This record gives sequence, structure tokens and C-alpha cells, in this order.
Amino acid sequence: MTANPVEIADLRKSFGSVKALDGLHLTVRPGEIAGFLGPNGAGKSTTIRVLLGLQRRDSGTARLFGGDAWRDAVALHRRLAYVPGDVSLWPNLTGGEAIDYLTRLHDTSDRAERRKRKAALLDSFELDPTKKARTYSKGNRQKVALVAAFLIDPELYIFDEPTSGLDPLMEAVFTEHVQRVKDAGRAVLLSSHILSEVEKVCDTVTIIRSGRTVESGTLAELRHLTRTTVSALVVDDPAAITGLAGVHDVTTTAASGDVTKVDLSVDNAQIGAVLAALSRLDVRGLTATPPSLEELFMRHYGADPTAAAPRNVEAVAR
Amino acid sequence: MSTPTADVARQAPPTRPATTRTPAATAALAGTGYLLRFMLRRNRVRLAVWTGSLVAFCGYYVVAIAAVYPTAADRQNRADSIANAGGTLLAGPGYGLEDYTIGRMFANEMALWLMALLATMNILLIARNTRAEEASGRTELVRALPIGRHAGTVAAFLMVLIADAAFALFGSALMISAGQLAAADTFTLLTGVALTALVFAAITTVTSQLTVHSRGASGLAFAALAAAVLIRGIGDIQQEHGSWLSWLSPIAWTQQARPYADVRLWPLGLSVLAIVVVLVVGAVLASRRDLGGALLHGRPGPAAAAPSLASPFALVVRQQRGALLWWLVGCVAMFGPAGLFLGADSGDALQRIAEQNELTETIFGDDPIMAFLAIMMLHNALAVAVFTTASVLRVQTEEDEGRLGLGLSRPTSRTNALLAHLAAAGIGALVLLVAGGALPLWLGASLSGGDTSLLILLKSAGAFALGIAVLIAVTAALYAWVPRASALAWVFCGIIVVERFFGSVLQLPTAVKALSPFWWVGSYPNAPLDPAHLVGLGVVAAALSALAVAGFRRRDLSAG
Repeated sequence: MTANPVEIADLRKSFGSVKALDGLHLTVRPGEIAGFLGPNGAGKSTTIRVLLGLQRRDSGTARLFGGDAWRDAVALHRRLAYVPGDVSLWPNLTGGEAIDYLTRLHDTSDRAERRKRKAALLDSFELDPTKKARTYSKGNRQKVALVAAFLIDPELYIFDEPTSGLDPLMEAVFTEHVQRVKDAGRAVLLSSHILSEVEKVCDTVTIIRSGRTVESGTLAELRHLTRTTVSALVVDDPAAITGLAGVHDVTTTAASGDVTKVDLSVDNAQIGAVLAALSRLDVRGLTATPPSLEELFMRHYGADPTAAAPRNVEAVAR
Repeated sequence: MSTPTADVARQAPPTRPATTRTPAATAALAGTGYLLRFMLRRNRVRLAVWTGSLVAFCGYYVVAIAAVYPTAADRQNRADSIANAGGTLLAGPGYGLEDYTIGRMFANEMALWLMALLATMNILLIARNTRAEEASGRTELVRALPIGRHAGTVAAFLMVLIADAAFALFGSALMISAGQLAAADTFTLLTGVALTALVFAAITTVTSQLTVHSRGASGLAFAALAAAVLIRGIGDIQQEHGSWLSWLSPIAWTQQARPYADVRLWPLGLSVLAIVVVLVVGAVLASRRDLGGALLHGRPGPAAAAPSLASPFALVVRQQRGALLWWLVGCVAMFGPAGLFLGADSGDALQRIAEQNELTETIFGDDPIMAFLAIMMLHNALAVAVFTTASVLRVQTEEDEGRLGLGLSRPTSRTNALLAHLAAAGIGALVLLVAGGALPLWLGASLSGGDTSLLILLKSAGAFALGIAVLIAVTAALYAWVPRASALAWVFCGIIVVERFFGSVLQLPTAVKALSPFWWVGSYPNAPLDPAHLVGLGVVAAALSALAVAGFRRRDLSAG
């Protein structure tokens, strides 16, 4: 059995008295695209720095391909590519030179082949490699790092908010490339807060808060744990629904004539009973929406009063 | 401290009522006073330190020179010793050499350097407050406020005008009171110095339109300053009190006011005229370009890196080679002419200097040529110390801005990354010591028929290289173990300079002097080298480097 590309268990890391990571679990299996979600300051970037061996963990394990992220950093870096969220490039190098410098230490089979792939990537990201890095906009610096990463074609990609600064067209190009490497069996760790992007490409999602994993699994699994939004037009009095187990946030508004519109959310485990109750109310219309990732995310951060806690980590962990 | 743009945004000037339309000229300057106040506050420390030290320098010079050259005969001796091409190049047109008073000495020998220093301040301040702001994108935020197109440049110019005026005023007051110099002449001289410096401030407003980088703008302005210094020097050598060539240089416009010799005011008018014309040129150029753009376009570079650009070392060399080249040009320009001084009859000339007064006698002692070589090599080594400190500390900028982390996400080790920076600094230092110090001195001396041993100079360069190695290792160890305190390396660099220049004058305790690696090098070739000291320096450098690597391997990197 080969080891997982990323295996993090009970990872802890403090900066002074601030706990940036406090019991983090994260696994990326071969050929899997793992979404890594959390608000600013939740510890995503710290986790990635620990994975890259730039920062040392206090306790727990952080392994890449079975090797220790800190001790075996150099050897492990041969098998991965990294794109930071805010790419800073060497000002007096051109974009093309920076790409070459970043990719040169990886095994490259055939130089002509590599040149062709570089040209194709530059083309698809619409990047001019002859400009000095200091003249690039943020989006263009991001493209330099992305082209370098896809050119390496490693076993594992680590992306830390890779599309920040990219326009929607380029985001789509990025998504295409991620799909392509997934089809080629590569593993991807994608830290992001663009939820639609994660929803589109990721197989699994890990949500963290205050340096701790609060939710992880496939999107389907996560959805199962949460609620479905139901909106129905009924003729009879909907009060009977309100008392049912697993029903939340009921609002009723008068629609046309004797029809009442009722909105509610229901725990997925109870949905059968609720639908049965609804059907007795002379239903005229019904929509049921599974929770979007955004709702999942908001549920963990939005209403919860303890969600304010991670704020003080923000400044330090950044 | 809050960010400058946030401050600007918070105190934005009140918007004009839309009904009163302001004429174009006024609109282009809207908000100037407001930006000026903001710039003065933002640069208050920088302005105070620059002008304060220049004023203090003026006062110190007149007092010190009166002590070193107490009698008219002493000063006349001095006048004779600089009445030659080299003296003219490094001083002035030589008004009043026949009766060399303290005022005339100041005007002839110090005015040039004051102008160069004040112009340097102006160039840096203008570039920093105009081009650098624009390159960082902050100007974009400010210009979105109701602020005119030329307001930023005009405010920056007014800021240096205020600083230069303060220098002229307080400098004159100090020189008149402490040195008992003629009031009108003193004020004319320092006003002239300020005006010449303002010409270069105006030139910087033009060069800022030409390139997109602050460094490019200040570099072009410094090139203009160097040309002005050189043109004035050549003109004054061609003909006593200057030829027509001299008059092409703004430096001459102050020196030709003949302070303390037969003062005249009209040459200062040339400066005023030049300032106005150059500022207008700058404003016209500025109106013809877009924000963030430039008139000289950067050329596109190669789309692929040279095959050699693979290791961290190659990358560091690539990043720093431009700076190294300019340092080398500077050193050669400095020490080549100094070597020319060591011609066939240099022994006698140096002997005359040695006999000038007690101070020069203690410096030059029995073997003036060896003492001169020792002093030149020391100056070179001190310059190299500054270069080296800056070079090593660039690794911290790389780390802070996330590039070191990005580089380390490649399969390269931390040891490799750190040693790449140290090696680049070390090799740069060696290049400057040999090709910037020893060789130009030897070549200069050979060209003018002197007989100087290259071997001695190379041995001196080698000895200083060991001292520099300790400096590199100390800086690296600080950076590796206490990254937040790595700027303390400048304090260490300062100790080296102060110990060499003022160690004996200030009677520093041996324990302090021993901190400086150059104290262990000594003043070869004026005094012999001690092999044990050199071995010691090498061992300390190696041990501290190993310590630095060990520290760097185990700590967290700040960003990436």
C-alpha cells in the first residue's frame, strides 16, 4: 500500500500564546481533490507552511507520501508543486525566467517536450513571459506560479487560494487544468474560500475553524449531515408542521387567495416524516433544495456565537 | 504607525462645491498644501536627521579646522598642498588660495561635498515621495481624492525646499556664531549650496517621469550629479578659477559666487533659473504620461531562463549583480584616481602632507606611502563592509516577502538557501576588495610612474576579506537566530567604522575595539600582519557561519 499524499493528524502549532492549529486532521488520498475551507485566520496557510516544512509543528503528525514534512522536506518537494495565495516574484526576473527557476530542480524528461508544454500553458493562461516580474499585476504573478506548478506535473499539488486575483475566465482555465490533473491521477489540496470552485472540483472537503477540523468528508456526506430547505404552497393550516422533530426556521406568508407559502429547513434524517406531514396539507407547489456548500460553511461560522473566537488568531497566524 | 494612504484618506480635504469651476492650473495643484503637510509628517525623522547632521557638520568643520590649522602659516601650507589638479578636482576653483582664511577654506574644500550630500538627500526624498509612491500603487489611491495631477510632485519639491532652507538658515547661524565667519558671505554660500541641491531635486522630478522604478529615477539623477561634479572639476583644472566648461555645472554656480573672497550674488540666479526651467519640463512630461507609466519603456526580457539559473546561488547572484556592478564602478572611480596620486614623486608630496600639522604627522608617520596605502585599503574595506551588510540582509527581505518560502518549496535545502546568500555576499566583497580596491590603486600608481607592490595590496585585501567574513557570519547568525533583530548588523558595521576612524581619538577601551574584526587586521602595510590574528578571524567566521546554518535549519520561516 502506498502512503497517502497528505496525512495530517492532531496537528498543533502555537505562536506564543496563540494556538494557530489546535488538533487538525486532514487526509488527501491518491487521485483525490481535497477542498480545504475556513475563514481568514483559521489556520489554512499555517497548515500548508507546516506541510512544506517552512514551519515546525508543536505536536501531531504531518506527513507527505509517508515522509515527515519537516525532516524530509527536500526529498518530498520533488513530488509536489506549491502555489501560494499571494505570489511574490523576484523583481528583476521575467515571468518566463521565474517559471524556469521554479521548475528546474524537478525531473524533467525531455527538454523539447517541456518547452512545448510551457508554451501551451503560457498560452492557456494568456501570460506574457517576457515581462519583468515587477510589472506584473497580482493576477499575472498568480499565473506565473500556476504555470510553474502545472509544468512540474507532480504527484501532489498544494494550492493556497490559487485563484485570488484571477478573472472569471482564468478561474475557469484553472478549474479545467485541475480536472485534467485529476484525470491523470494526481492529488490536489485546494485551500480556498471560493465555495463554488470547491464545489465544482473537489471530491472531499475539510472545514476548519480556529485551527481545528470541524467537518470533513465527501460533499454528499456533508450534505447528509445538514438540512434541506423546503418551500411549499399549501391550502391547510401549516401549524401542524411546526411541531415536528427536525423542523427549523418556519416562516409562513400569505400567498394568493387561501394559499399559504411556508418556508422551513429540515434535518435530512427527518425529511421523510416532514414530507408525509406536508402532503396532508393540500400541497399546491413544492421545492426542496439541498444545502449548498455556502450554507454548510455559513452554518459553521455565521450564526454560531463562538465563531467570533478565531478572530484573535488572525493577526498572528497571517 | 498607521499606513500613509489610510491617513491621507481619513483627512481628505473638503470637496469643492461643484458650482465653482476652478481654472485648470489651480485644479492641477489642488490639495498641494494638504499633501505637503502629510509628507512633512511622514518624513519628519528622515528630514530632521539629514538636515540636522549637515548643519552640525558645518559647525563642527569650522571649529575643528580652526583647531587643526590655528595659524595663517598652517593654512597657507594647506593651500599649497591642494593647489594642483587632484586638489582642484576634490575641492573647488580655488578662490582666495593666496590668503587662505577659514571661510575660504570652507568654501573651497567643503562646499562641493555639502552640495553633493544635500543633493543626495533631495534626490532620495523626491524619488521616494513621488516615483516610489506611484510604483507601490499608493498614488493611485491618493489621486482618487480631489487632488490635482501635479500636487504630489509640487508638494515633494516644497518639502525638500523647506528642508534645504532650514539647512541654509541654521547652518549659517551656526557658522556665523561658532566660527565668527562673515554673515553675508556665509549666508550666500549656504543659500547657493541649497539652490544647487534644489536643481538636482528638480532634475529628479524629470527623471521620475522617465522610468517606472524609484531606483531608476534616483539612479539617473545621481548620474546627473556625478556628471556635474566631474564637469566642474575638469573645467576648473583646465583654467584657474574655472573655464567655460565649469559654468555648465550647477556645482559651479555656487562656487563661483566667490564667498569670503569677493562675493557676488548673480551666479546663484543661474540656479534659480535652472530650477524653474527643469520643473516646468518635468510638469510638461508628467502631463504627457499616464499614472504608473513612463516615457522610457522597459524592454521585454527573455522568455526562458539561462540554463545556469537553477541553484539558489545563481538566483542570488542574478538579483544582486546590478548592485555589485555599481559598487564596483564606484570603488574603481574612487581608488583609481587615488592610485594616480602615488606617482614617481609621491613620497615627497605625502611627506609634505605629513609635515602639515600634528594630526597628519601622526597619521602618516615615518613611511608615508605605506600609510597612504593602508588608509586607502581601509576606506575600501569599510565601503565593502557596508555593501556586505546590505547584501546579507537582503535574505531577510526575501523571507519577509515570501520569495524565500516559494524558493524552498522547490527541492532545495535551507542550508543551501542560506549559504547561497552568504556566498554571494562573500564573493561580492572579494571582488570589491581586489577589483575595486587593490587593482585600481596599483594600476593608478603604475600609470603615473609610481612603484607600488601589487602583492602588498593583495595581501591587505585578503586580510580585510577575513574581517569581512566575520561580519558576514555575525550578520547571518543574527538573522538565523533572532531575525527580528537582524538590523543590529548595522550596529556591528557601525562599530567597525567608528573603531577604525575614531578608536584612538575617542580612546575606546580595548574590549570594545576587539569587537571589530578590522582591529585584528590592523593597519597593514603600515604595520605587519599577525598570522595568528588572521587564523583567528577565519576560525570565528567559520564557527559563526556553522552556528547560523544550525539556527536557520531549525526555526520557522515568517512567510511563504
